[in-house]
Amino acid sequence: MQQPTILVVDDEGDFLETLMNRLKKRKIEALGCASGEEALRLVKENPFDVVVLDIKMPGGMDGIQTLREIKKTRPETEVILLTGHASLETSMEGMQAGAYDYLLKPIRLEDLLEKLAQALERKGGAEHRAQSEEIRKLLQKT
Amino acid sequence: MVRNIYSSLQWKIIILTLIVTFTPLLLLGVIIYRQFAQMYTEKIKEQICFRAESRADAVDLFLTERTAILGAIADTDSLEAMTDEANLAHKLAVMNRRAGAFVDLGIIDQAGQQLAYVGPYELKGKNYYEQPWFGQVMSKGVYISDVYLGFRKLPHFIIAVRRQEQQKNWILRATIDPDIFSRIVQVGHIGKTGDAFLVNTDGVLQTKPRFAGNTLDKAAVNPVHFGKQTMTFEQTGSDQRKTLFAGTWLKTKDWLLVISGDVEADMAELFATRNVQIAITAAGVIAIIITTVFTTRLMIRQLVQAETRMKEMDAQLVQSDKLASLGKLAAGVAHEINNPLAVILQKTGWLQDLLEEEEFQKSANGEEFRTSVKKIEEHVERARKVVHNMLGYARRMEPRLEDIDVNQTINQTVDILENFARTNNIDIQTDLAGNLPITAGDQAQLQQVILNLVNNAIDAIGKDGTVSIKSSRDPSHITVVIADSGPGIPESMQKKIFDPFFTTKSTGKGTGLGLWISYNIIEKMGGKLSLQSREGQGAAFTITLPIVQPMQK
Repeated sequence: MQQPTILVVDDEGDFLETLMNRLKKRKIEALGCASGEEALRLVKENPFDVVVLDIKMPGGMDGIQTLREIKKTRPETEVILLTGHASLETSMEGMQAGAYDYLLKPIRLEDLLEKLAQALERKGGAEHRAQSEEIRKLLQKT
Repeated sequence: MVRNIYSSLQWKIIILTLIVTFTPLLLLGVIIYRQFAQMYTEKIKEQICFRAESRADAVDLFLTERTAILGAIADTDSLEAMTDEANLAHKLAVMNRRAGAFVDLGIIDQAGQQLAYVGPYELKGKNYYEQPWFGQVMSKGVYISDVYLGFRKLPHFIIAVRRQEQQKNWILRATIDPDIFSRIVQVGHIGKTGDAFLVNTDGVLQTKPRFAGNTLDKAAVNPVHFGKQTMTFEQTGSDQRKTLFAGTWLKTKDWLLVISGDVEADMAELFATRNVQIAITAAGVIAIIITTVFTTRLMIRQLVQAETRMKEMDAQLVQSDKLASLGKLAAGVAHEINNPLAVILQKTGWLQDLLEEEEFQKSANGEEFRTSVKKIEEHVERARKVVHNMLGYARRMEPRLEDIDVNQTINQTVDILENFARTNNIDIQTDLAGNLPITAGDQAQLQQVILNLVNNAIDAIGKDGTVSIKSSRDPSHITVVIADSGPGIPESMQKKIFDPFFTTKSTGKGTGLGLWISYNIIEKMGGKLSLQSREGQGAAFTITLPIVQPMQK
């Protein structure tokens, strides 16, 4: 099995689980985790192309902190933030801290896929471009 | 109610001011007039007394002179020479040449028999023994008689002197011309209506007055009112006219010289002064009333305006307070809804994914499931939009500061909506001020507000009508008025129009957030959004934006 290149971080179990199922069904290899600390550990172990990161995670490291740490460890990682309106200002902060973009919750899967495709494309390289193409095809199907 | 309070306040101020102003003014007027009138009256009395005294002196002098001449003539000749009528006539002529006013001369012996007479009457041989003056002359030596008729049956008075010659007494008697005498007295009168005359102790006229009455009539004034000194006496006649009398007793005869004056004629000048004073006071009073009423009204009007302004500000404050707290509440609630929505959306997505699979494709109820899930997704989407809108503007985010060209924003908005409006036969008219400055703010948000307002206007009209957009400026503000020819907004709804979730559109068509969001956007830009509408006469929304200098680049 290919090493997943996408990491999704969200403390809301139902949300994370369902999102993972849906990605998996679309044959997108992704890994999920429920806290900033765990995400950071995973990133340190293996590089990920894209990290989808919820900003608001009560208890422990919050999204922005996690983002800063990831960027410190692996600066090439693209991070897409998930945010509610109350933390919109924080997302701006996140953008300044190097996040690729942000999505307003509740997200539609299509929007997330579009962003993922864009992020992968930006990374460049044949492998990433192929991945991006795959995702774009999925989007066209629906 | 408020009007009543101000109206009664207005009257209280006016009445109080008038009382405080009028009391001293009128009091001063009355006192000054009184003082002046008193001084004036005293002056008049003084003048009339002086006149009486000087006239009395003149009359005294006249009588003294005549008496002296008569005495001197009597001493010059003997009785015998005197009874020569030619001689007597010569003496009368001399006396009249030197002094005048003698009518005749007569010589009377001690038995009262007139021995000789020169004059216009036939009196020679008359006996005067019974006449009252005869006894007086015989006893006193010199006598001036009261006026009487005598043998000639004409009112006159005489001056007589007694001469003693060798145990015999005889009398030289002269009649004084009553006309000349009267004239001498009358000269003392004052003014057109004034009079001057003599009365004896019984109040009988001794000279002819200028008006009313004749010699020997009862005089208009009783001499008992006058003492030794010159005095004045005021008397109201039967015709209600007041007459002022001044009387002085003569020194040579117990006659009272009276000068009379019509009080009203004498006081005419005083009355004229009084009328001028009244006119000035009246003018002052009118001026004070007008000024007081005018200034009070002005003051009250400003009070009312100030209160109205304050009420408006209060209302605005209440409105923005209300909206702010509602906003916070809505933001809190909406945020809590967001998380479950996120899960629901993913779960429905997952269900849809699963329904794609073959086993469900074959299921009899597969289509039913898909439709239901689709519906759930649609409604989640709807809820998401509501929350999105609400949170989008409830969040405390400073609007971006960029250059805004208000006219350009309006034109862009009109471009977007023009086609839609035209299909409904609605005309969008713009009247844009050419001198609008570039201001700083969030252009996208402003455009959203204008779009929202124009959209609402089009919705309100429905079909056939006009939406007019007018921009203008004053030194510190840009104003945009968006007016429609729609049915207007009832007053009862106007207060709620900016509340969140308040909508007049049918369910599902409007969220009731548009105006609330617009209101918040404009308020955050430091401006104001207000509504003017009357039912049946359309509605006009006014955006007032402060002109903010864009930052130097």
